[in-house]
Amino acid sequence: MSSAVVSTSAAQGRPFVFDIEEAADACPQPSGAELLTEAARPPQRVVSTSKDKDKDARLAGVTTASRLAVRPAPEMVSSGIAAMDALTGGLPRGSLTEICGPASSGRTTLLLAALAAATRRGECCAVVDASDALDPQSAVAAGVELSRLLWVRCGENSPEKSLEQLLRATDLLLESGGFGMIALDLGDLPPQAARRIPLTTWFRYRRAVEHTSTVLLAIERQSIAGSCSSLLVKLGQQRNRIKKSADSRFPALAHAQLLTELEITAELVRSRQERKPVCSAEITFACKTAWAG
Amino acid sequence: MFACIFVPNFPVAAVFRAEPELRAQAVAVFEGKPPLEKVFAVNESAGRVGIAPGMTKAQAELCSELTLRPRSRLQEASAHAALLDCAQSFSPRVEDAALETALVDLAGMETLFGSLPEIAHAMSQRIAGLGLEANVAVASNPDAAVLAARGFSGVTVIPQGKESESLGSLPVEVLFAGWVEGEREGKKKEDERRKNSERLLATLERWGIRTLHALAALPEVALSERLGQEGLRLRQLARGTAFRTLVPVETPAVFEEGVELEHPIVLLEPLAFLLNRLLDQICTRLASRALNTQELRLTLELESFSSRNQEAQISNQQFCRTLRLPLPMLDPKLFLKLLQLDLSAHPPGAPILKIHLAAEAARPRSAQGGLFLPPSPEPEKLELTLARIASLVGESRVGSLELLDTYRAEGFRMKRFVPGAYSEGAVSETVRQKVAAEEKSAVTALRMFRPPLRAAVTLENGEPARVFCAKKKEVQGTVLWKAGPWRSSGDWWEREAWARDEWDIALQTADGAGLFRLMHDLLGGSWFVEGSYD
Repeated sequence: MSSAVVSTSAAQGRPFVFDIEEAADACPQPSGAELLTEAARPPQRVVSTSKDKDKDARLAGVTTASRLAVRPAPEMVSSGIAAMDALTGGLPRGSLTEICGPASSGRTTLLLAALAAATRRGECCAVVDASDALDPQSAVAAGVELSRLLWVRCGENSPEKSLEQLLRATDLLLESGGFGMIALDLGDLPPQAARRIPLTTWFRYRRAVEHTSTVLLAIERQSIAGSCSSLLVKLGQQRNRIKKSADSRFPALAHAQLLTELEITAELVRSRQERKPVCSAEITFACKTAWAG
Repeated sequence: MFACIFVPNFPVAAVFRAEPELRAQAVAVFEGKPPLEKVFAVNESAGRVGIAPGMTKAQAELCSELTLRPRSRLQEASAHAALLDCAQSFSPRVEDAALETALVDLAGMETLFGSLPEIAHAMSQRIAGLGLEANVAVASNPDAAVLAARGFSGVTVIPQGKESESLGSLPVEVLFAGWVEGEREGKKKEDERRKNSERLLATLERWGIRTLHALAALPEVALSERLGQEGLRLRQLARGTAFRTLVPVETPAVFEEGVELEHPIVLLEPLAFLLNRLLDQICTRLASRALNTQELRLTLELESFSSRNQEAQISNQQFCRTLRLPLPMLDPKLFLKLLQLDLSAHPPGAPILKIHLAAEAARPRSAQGGLFLPPSPEPEKLELTLARIASLVGESRVGSLELLDTYRAEGFRMKRFVPGAYSEGAVSETVRQKVAAEEKSAVTALRMFRPPLRAAVTLENGEPARVFCAKKKEVQGTVLWKAGPWRSSGDWWEREAWARDEWDIALQTADGAGLFRLMHDLLGGSWFVEGSYD
């Protein structure tokens, strides 16, 4: 009996062809009970013979079963900042991206840049704002098209209430579908409160957003989604980020000093994209204030 | 050719349309003021158990199998509107002949809907879909079609020239069967018509004329001598040769359904059950006319304890809610969910006596999705999602932003979120150009503290040197760096005048330095921390 079996990876669409007899010779089919106890069995000592070596050589070209389920690389979209794109390769669709860092580290700047890029692409975006902190003027200055942005303002009462509202609103938006980007703004939420979000919630979000074209983006003080996030960027305090446009003619006047630019330091902590292996890369880039021109 | 759609036993049919589960039961409709209520109409099952029109309500109540319902003008009006909708879904030339009868001019309709029998069957099916069982008849003149629809159940098509033969077997009573029609013309005229009909019927009975065939065979002159012009008209009707011009009705823009309740409703759950039924009826009517709706108006008549016996004051106890949709839609489940969410956010606050639902008709949206257009939420799903989020966070706290033409802080307002793709049709060329263009460099963003945090500020040489904010411990300490002031003012001609100085300051925080915007209210003299640069 010689029949070819074609197994197609649903994810990649590539066919894998192998001879069923050879495969049967190489790996005798275990029974159901054996399969169940396979994991629990202690490792056995294997004595290799010349016949086994021949088989190994023949099987070298056969794709292992674990490789069949290779997920396709997600589509990456621009984060709106060229330096960030160079660092991370962009934001992955259908995945959770975390941007964390302390206050004044540039999280909101990155968020607005990503929203601006998404709305410029014509996508509808949603911001679920745990602390009602979005500044419309900043959003417009960053280039966000307000007509394509849905703003959900939580946090009227207490952090606990606002967190509950945020989670439920996010669930509803993910269920609704069709958004290019859904951003969770947990930036002002104390880490103790943010850590109350169960890990199962993040798993649920990851599952909900999987196989969709939505970018799920969360900004927070500390990473809280654990392994659920595909991309984790940490923003840090940098050494010299305030630039002053001091006018030498009026050194005594305070308004001669103008906040014109900040420097953001970003570190890539985790990336699940195969084409960009996990590394700890760091970049620093400048962002201007709206009035600096 | 003309088609007539006739709903036999109309008051009972209207009840069945509102309560379809009663179809299998014996039902009698009564009217009149208590305690003089009388049975007005009965269905076949009720007739079989001995209930007949004219019996008192008390007599009818003795029958345990019988279901009694009061006559509802509102339900009858809705059923009549549904009848006209069905007729108008076939032709724009429709005559509102009577409450239970609609006449349709079929001239030119064969090319659209097929042969005459096909049109008649399609009409029968469509009216059944609207919850009414009707007889449909097609004939060469309106009156012959009306008589055939009244006399023959089901679908009847009378070929041209065969009217007399087809109608001949009908009893002469069908000529006077328009008793419901009289209801619409006032009590006096109705009584006059009825008396005249009874007199003519008695005369024909005396002559032994029982069918239209016998009436049609009577000599014209002799009949004219005995019964006058009325007799000639009846003979023409019996022969199927009477002809008149159709009087078309205008299409209403609003579709209404209503229900009057015997017992007031207090809970929202039974209300949702009734709303579901009304929405189904309205959506079926709209669908039959290939229309959608963009506005739903719900009016609830509430029970007023203080003025229960004063009708003038009860009419003021109305509770109205209007549901405006961003796009024309036609999904009764979606409408029901939206109304439920709206009512749970704004409960009526009193028992409900009457429900009235009106839908503003709108043309369906004609948008074609493109393969290469960016993703966009489905309008129906999005509307429901927005309503659910609004019930969660509050109506005014979800939507899209609109900047106001002012320099005042918080110069924006929330508006309904309607994604640009719906309103603009597609991604405009300018957007494509924008995407293609080089992206801007990042712009520093401000995170707002809402409301602004009141702070105690120590000044040195007129500049902030130390800041203490009791509500946020990160915003405390010596000012490391500052820039400002940025002075602005406005609306000085209004009561809400404002004047402010803005400072950008850096403070030492646990994680390093924090950048904040400090605001000095020049009119009030207070200092606030407005937000942080992030």
